[in-house]
Amino acid sequence: MQSIPIEHGLILAGILFALGLVGVLTRRNIVFVLMSLEVMLNASGLAFVVASARWGHADGQVMFLMILTLAAAEVAVGLGLIIQMYRKFKTVDIDVLSEMKG
Amino acid sequence: MILVALIAILFLGGVLAWLSERLDSKLPRVIALAALVLDLVLMLTLLGGDSADGSWIVALNVQWLPRFGISFHLAADGLSVLLLLLTAFLGVIAVGSAWSEITERPGFFYFNLLWTLAGVLGVFTALDLFLFFFFWEVMLIPMYFIIAIWGHENKNYAAMKFFLFTQVTGMLMLVSILTLAYFHYVQFGFFSFDYFDLLNVSTSSTIEMWIMLGFFVAFTTKLPIVPFHSWLPDAHSQAPTAGSVILAGVLLKTGAYGLIRFAVPLFPEASMNFAPIAMALAVLSILYCAKLAFAQTDLKRLIAYTSVSHMGFVLLGVYAWNEIALQGAVMTMLAHGLSAAALFMLAGSLQHRIHTRDMRDMGGFWAKVPRMSAVALFFSIAALGMPGLGNFIGEFLALLGAFSSNLPMTVIATFGLIFASVYSLWVIQKIFHGEYSNSKFDDSHLIDLNRRELAYFGAMILGLVWMGMYPQSFLDLSAAALQELLAGTQELVSTVVQN
Amino acid sequence: MQDLIWLLPTFPMLGFLSLVLTGGSLPRKIVAVIGAGSVGLSFLSAVLISAQFLASGEDYFVKELWVWMAIGEFTPGFNFYLDGLSLVMMLIITGVGFLIHLYSTGFMVDDPAYSRFFAYMNLFVAAMLMLVLGDNLVLLYLGWEGVGLCSYLLIGFWYENPDNGYAARKAFVVTRVGDTAMAIGLFLLFTQLGTLNIQDMLQAAQQQWAMGSPLAIAAALLLLGGAVGKSAQLPLQTWLPDAMAGPTPISALIHAATMVTAGVYLVARTHVLFELAPRVQMLVAFVGLATLLMAGFTAMTQRDIKRILAYSTISQIGYMFLALGAGAWSAAVFHLMTHAFFKALLFLAAGTVILSLHHEHDIFKMGGKRKQLPIAFWSFIIGSAALAALPFTSGFYSKDEILLAALAVEGPGMLLWIGGVIGAFFTGIYSFRLVFVVFFGDSQGHHEAKEEAHWSMAAPLMLLMVLALLGGWIQVPLDAVFSSGAGHEEAHVSLLVHAVMIAAPFLGIGVSYLFFMSKVFDLDKLMANPLANSLHRFWFSGWGMDALYQRIFVNPFLYLARINRSDLIDSFYALLVSITRSAHLMLARTQTGYLGWYALSMAAGLVLIISLGVML
Repeated sequence: MQSIPIEHGLILAGILFALGLVGVLTRRNIVFVLMSLEVMLNASGLAFVVASARWGHADGQVMFLMILTLAAAEVAVGLGLIIQMYRKFKTVDIDVLSEMKG
Repeated sequence: MILVALIAILFLGGVLAWLSERLDSKLPRVIALAALVLDLVLMLTLLGGDSADGSWIVALNVQWLPRFGISFHLAADGLSVLLLLLTAFLGVIAVGSAWSEITERPGFFYFNLLWTLAGVLGVFTALDLFLFFFFWEVMLIPMYFIIAIWGHENKNYAAMKFFLFTQVTGMLMLVSILTLAYFHYVQFGFFSFDYFDLLNVSTSSTIEMWIMLGFFVAFTTKLPIVPFHSWLPDAHSQAPTAGSVILAGVLLKTGAYGLIRFAVPLFPEASMNFAPIAMALAVLSILYCAKLAFAQTDLKRLIAYTSVSHMGFVLLGVYAWNEIALQGAVMTMLAHGLSAAALFMLAGSLQHRIHTRDMRDMGGFWAKVPRMSAVALFFSIAALGMPGLGNFIGEFLALLGAFSSNLPMTVIATFGLIFASVYSLWVIQKIFHGEYSNSKFDDSHLIDLNRRELAYFGAMILGLVWMGMYPQSFLDLSAAALQELLAGTQELVSTVVQN
Repeated sequence: MQDLIWLLPTFPMLGFLSLVLTGGSLPRKIVAVIGAGSVGLSFLSAVLISAQFLASGEDYFVKELWVWMAIGEFTPGFNFYLDGLSLVMMLIITGVGFLIHLYSTGFMVDDPAYSRFFAYMNLFVAAMLMLVLGDNLVLLYLGWEGVGLCSYLLIGFWYENPDNGYAARKAFVVTRVGDTAMAIGLFLLFTQLGTLNIQDMLQAAQQQWAMGSPLAIAAALLLLGGAVGKSAQLPLQTWLPDAMAGPTPISALIHAATMVTAGVYLVARTHVLFELAPRVQMLVAFVGLATLLMAGFTAMTQRDIKRILAYSTISQIGYMFLALGAGAWSAAVFHLMTHAFFKALLFLAAGTVILSLHHEHDIFKMGGKRKQLPIAFWSFIIGSAALAALPFTSGFYSKDEILLAALAVEGPGMLLWIGGVIGAFFTGIYSFRLVFVVFFGDSQGHHEAKEEAHWSMAAPLMLLMVLALLGGWIQVPLDAVFSSGAGHEEAHVSLLVHAVMIAAPFLGIGVSYLFFMSKVFDLDKLMANPLANSLHRFWFSGWGMDALYQRIFVNPFLYLARINRSDLIDSFYALLVSITRSAHLMLARTQTGYLGWYALSMAAGLVLIISLGVML
C-alpha cells in the first residue's frame, strides 16, 4: 500500500499549528481563542499520529488519545469559565478583561 | 544541662507569655520578668563553679544529626558567661523599660523579646557551627517583628532593612560554614560542624581568606562596622525602647563574640593577614560615625551612630589579638552594653513624655527634670570615656593593646576620643542645658524619672562604676578563656607577624 | 596616719556622693557644712600626714589600696604615692581649696543650685587629689580627666545661657586634644618600658633610653601635649579666657590655683623624661616664654576683670613652663604654690567686686571703689604686688628663682631671661592697670555698691593675703624629688641683673600709673594711631588664635557634618534598593493582563529556546 509520505503529514500539522497560533495571538474573542487552541492541539495530535504511522509504533496513537481527552477536559473547563466571565463582565473580549496586571 | 535550661526557660517563658495574654494583659510582662530573673539567678551559679575542662566551665555535647556530624554542642567559658550575664541583665532592664510602654499585643511582644534573647544565649554558647547558625537566625526573626510591629513612624522600612542586612550576610556565613565543613570532609573523611574539629581544618590560604571573609562580613554587619552599618540607625530610631536596648546592648555583641570565638581562631592566618584592613575599617568606623553622630538631629539616630563608633574600638581590639586588647574589646562590649542601652532608654523615656526625638525642639530640660538630666549626664560622660567608668577601661585597654600591633591605626583611633567628647557634650547642651522652652511640644507629661526608672538606671550606673573602679572581677572571669584562644593561634599568628 | 592617705580624696568624694544622692533636698546650711567641711577634713588630714611624713625623713611613701586592672605586665593600681612634690600639691589643693570652698558658701548663697555647685566642687577636689597622689600614669589620667570633667561642669554651671555651655564645651574639647596626645604617650611608654608606674617607668627610661633618643623625644613631646592642653599654654591656650564664664570661685580654684597647674605638675613629675630629651625641654622653655609674652600683651588690652586675670594666669603658668624648660623644677613648683596663693586671692577679691557691683565685669564701668570695697581693695593691692613680683612678696621669690634659672640655661639663656623680664614689665602694667582703674579715680557707676563682708568670704581673703605676702618664706621639701635635676647651685650673677629684675615690674607700674592714674599719657590719643589701634585689636582677640582655630578646625568639621548628615554610605544601599525596584517595575510592566501578549511572548520564548537549541 502506498503510504502518504511523512513530510506531507508533518507539513499539514505545521500549517494547522501555525494557523492555530495566529488565531490565538490575533483573535480578541475568547471563544475563537479557545477554538484556535483546539486547532493547535489537534495539529500536534496529527504530528503524533503521522510519526507513529511512520515508525509503526503505538505510542504516538496513545499520545493522541491522551491529547483528545485533555482537549475535551480543557474545552469543558474553558467554556465553563467563559460562561462565567460573560455573566460577570458581559463581554468575551479578552483585552477588555485584562484584569490580571502585575 | 544548665545551659539547655537557660535557653529552654526563655523559649517556654515566651510561649507562656503569649498564651497568658488571654487571661490578663498584664500577665505577660510578669512572666517575662520571672523567666529572665530565673535565668540570671541560674547564671550566677555558673560563677562559682570550677572549670571542668580547660577554660570551659560547663559543656554539653549530644548527637543531633550524626550523619552530617551535627551535634547539639553547648559550652560556656568565662567569655560566654560574661556575655550571658549581660544578656540576662539587660533582658531584665528591657522588660522594665517596656513595662508600661508596650500596651498593644503585650503577649506577642514578650514572646518575641524572650525568643530573641534565647537566640542570643544560644549564640553565646553554641559550639557546633550548624547550631550556632540556627540560633543566629532564631534571634533575627523575633527582632524583626519587634521593630515591625511596635516600632515608630517608619517601622516597616527599618525592620526590612535590618532583616535584609542581617539575612544576606547570614547567608554568606552559612556558605562559609558549609564550605568549611566540606573541607573538613575532604581532609578527614567525615563531616563535622563541631568547633573543635573545625579548628583543625587547614586549607590553602586563598580559600581560607574567602571563608574567613564570609564570617567577617556577617559579624561586622551585626557589630556593625562601616560600610555595613547603615541598617543600625534606622533600626534603632524606629524600634521600641526595649528593642533598642536589646539591639544595642546585646545583639551587637553577638557580632563581636563571633569574631573573637570563630572568625579569628578558625582562620588565624587569614585573619592576621587581614588585620590591617580590619583595623583600618575599625578606625574608619570610629571617626566617620562619630562625625555622623554629631550631625544628627534625631536623638536615637545620634546614639545609634555613637554605637557604631564605639564598636570600632571592639574591632580594633579584636584584630590586635593580644590579651590586653582582647580584654579591652570585651570590657568595651560590656560597658557599651550598659551605657548605650541606658542612653536609648533615656531617649525612649523622653519620647514617651514629649512625643518627639528631634533635638532641635528640646533644650533646658535640666530645670524641669533634674534627675533625668543628671542620669543622662552620667551616661554621656561614660560614653565619652571618662576614667573610673567602664567604657574608659575598655577603650583604654583596646587602644593600649592595639598600639603595639598597629601603631598608626591606633594613633588615629585615639583621636576618636576627641570626637566622642564633641558629640556627647553636644547632646547634653542641646537637650538639658540652655533655656527651657515648650513651644515645640506638649510638656504636660514631662515629669521626672519615676521609681521604676530610677531603679533600673541606678542598677546600670552601679554596673558602670563597678566596671570602671574594679574591672578585675570581669577581667579575671574572661582571662582564662581569652588566654586559651590566644594560645591556640599563637604559632600561626607569630609566623604571620614575622612575615 | 600616713596609711590613711586614702582619706584625702575620700572625704570630698563622700561629700560629692551625699550631695548628689540627696539631689538638692538638703537645707543650705547642711550643704555648706558638707561641701566645705569635707574639704576641710581633707586639709586637716593632709596637714597631719605631711607632718608625719616630714618627721619620718623618708623620701617617699606608697600606700597600695587595690589593683585596678591586672593583665599580664599591665598592673596599675589604686596606689597613692607621697613625696615632696605630691605633698606640696596636696597641701595647696586642700588648703587653698578649703579657703575657696569657705568663700563659696557665702558667694553662692543666693544661687538656686547651691547643692549642685558644692557637689561638683567636691568632686573636683577628689579628682585633683587623685591626679597628684596617683603612683601610676593611669590613675593620674583618671584624675586628669576627672578635673577636666568638673571644669566642664562648673564652667557651664549657669547652663541657661548657651554661651556658658559653649565655653564649657570648648574647654573640655580643647583640653581633650591635649589629653589624647597624653593618652598616646601613655601607650608609647607602656609599650616601650613595660610599666606605667611613674617611678618604675622613669627608672626604666633612664636605663633603656639614651640621651636624646627618638623614643624619649616622642614620649616627652606627647606628655607635653597633655600638659599644654591642661595648663592653657600655646597652642592650646584658647579655652581658658572663655572658661571665666563659670562662677568666680571656680575660676579661683580650678582655673587659677589648681587644675591649670596640673600640666606643670605632670612635667615636673616626669622630669626625667624631659631630661632625656633636651630638645623637648628647650621647647618647653620656649612654649612658656611665648605664652607668657602673648598672654601679657593680651592682658593689657582686656576690659573684663576676669579675663585680665585669666590671661595673667596663662602668663604666670608660662613662667612655670619657662622654669621647667630651664630645668629649675623646684622653682616651677615653688611658683606654682605662690601663684596659687596670690591668684586665688585676686580671683576671690574679683568675685567680691563683681558680686558687689551686681555682676559687672567691665573694669571701665567701675572706678574709685577703694572706699566702698576695702577688703577687696587691699586684697587686690597685695595680690597684684605679689603678681607683679614686688620685693618681699611671695611672687618675688619664686619669679626671681625662675629668671635666674633661665639665665643660667646654656645657649639661649640670655634670650629667655630678657623675655622673662619683659614679661615681668608687662605684668606690672596690667596688674596695676586693673588696680588703678577699678579702685582709684572717679566712680564710673554703681555708686551705691557696698561690700558684703560676711565672715565666710572675708576670712579666706585675709588668710590668702597673709599667704600671698609671706608665702615666699615657705620652704618646699623638693630636694629629694628632683635630686637628679641640675642647676641647684647658687648662680653668681651681677648686681645689675638683680637690679633689672627688681626694676622691671616697678617700671611697668610706673607706665601704668602714667596712663591710668595721672593721665599724663592719653590713651585715646594713642588709640587714634592706626598702628596702635590695630595692634590693640590683635592683642585683644588673643592674637587671633580663636578665629584661626575656628577657621582651621571647627568650620571644616561643621562643614563636613553638614554635607554628610544623612550618611553617604547609606546612599550606596539606597542605590541598590532603587536598582532592584526599577528592575522590578520593568518586569512588572510585562504583566499587561492581555492574553494575546502572554501567548505571543510564550510563542516567542519557545521559538527562541528552540532556535538556541538548534544553533548550539
